[in-house]
Amino acid sequence: MAQVSDVADNQSSQTKTLRIARYNPEKNSEKQFMEFSVPVEKWTTVLETILNVKQHQDHSVGVRYSCRQATCGSCGMIINGKPRLACFTKVSELDSDVVTVEPMNNFPIIRDLAVKFERLFDTHHKIKPYLDRDDTELESDAKEFLQSPEELEQYIQFANCIKCGLCNSACPTMATDSSFVGPQALAQAYRYVADSRDKGKDSRLKIIDESHGIWRCHFAGSCSQVCPKGVDPAMGIQLLRGYMLGFRS
Amino acid sequence: MTQDEHKEGFKGMANPSRYGIERVAYWLMRLSGLGLLAYFIGHIYETSNILRGRVGWNEFLELTQTTEGHIVLAIVIAMCVFHTVNGIRVMLGHGGVGVGKPARPDYPYDPASQNYRHKIGIYSAIILAAIAMMYGLAVMFGE
Repeated sequence: MAQVSDVADNQSSQTKTLRIARYNPEKNSEKQFMEFSVPVEKWTTVLETILNVKQHQDHSVGVRYSCRQATCGSCGMIINGKPRLACFTKVSELDSDVVTVEPMNNFPIIRDLAVKFERLFDTHHKIKPYLDRDDTELESDAKEFLQSPEELEQYIQFANCIKCGLCNSACPTMATDSSFVGPQALAQAYRYVADSRDKGKDSRLKIIDESHGIWRCHFAGSCSQVCPKGVDPAMGIQLLRGYMLGFRS
Repeated sequence: MTQDEHKEGFKGMANPSRYGIERVAYWLMRLSGLGLLAYFIGHIYETSNILRGRVGWNEFLELTQTTEGHIVLAIVIAMCVFHTVNGIRVMLGHGGVGVGKPARPDYPYDPASQNYRHKIGIYSAIILAAIAMMYGLAVMFGE
């Protein structure tokens, strides 16, 4: 019985302060913070606290979310100063009585915590995120493009990208250069360049070989540190640059 | 920074506190680069004083023989050493050297590109810069 009591004590609810950045570009001139007291368990995620506020205190808080399991990449935001997925960040791991949530940097704000992803998707589309070759699996004699486990290993890590935009939000170049392609798109360029089935390496390298392309990356590595899926865009970008500098073939 | 684009701006780019030693190295690299550029411009101006003849040259050179001049030169030495050592690390990284190999990531997803080799490179650059600066100060103030 005592053990049951201990477990109950450990799991007892705490109250934390949630500071939410509020901003409507059509109405406000600058961001303002609103504070809410929210109940928190050991397992409560930041997204759950925001939804708690929406349900019980202020339904007008703007936030985008979908899967709640770090798969859709919708709920990226700045949590206590760093870009993170709200559904993948437990309040308990932040080790703070105050949790501050803001919209991701380097993305235009739609409202409150929701940002526009148009540019991210545009740059992603720009690098041709698909297998680029003349023939198709239907025409091939083998009926499929075979690939060894070693060849798969070359790019599978980068195929984990969920397009959440956290890397672009953390990137110091993105902070000042509106035209930079960004770590997300560059990592995806590597993903397809490294794919043994792809034949579009030259055209893809040509796309990113521009003044606001791959050469603007200075290997600060912040993109890799915030990636919630272990994509490591910084590695992909440097390996990609290795192709362009002739270190890799 | 415009609110429309919600860019983090220079303040965010220069903030070295949130993303570990790699971001500190990035920030120091920019700072030392700008510092060396400023020194280079100053150095061109300094050496142009030779056109004023021996007296003019010696007069200007005396500026560097003050306490402030020694401190500035010591900082220049530190910037030069850090920029060189860290620059070699960054150039190797840019060629894909020492950034790890692609592999299926395992939780908690420690990025392979931020590996111990690069951390050692960064700390070496900082320590060598500090040693060079202290040596420079010892030589200049030990006269």
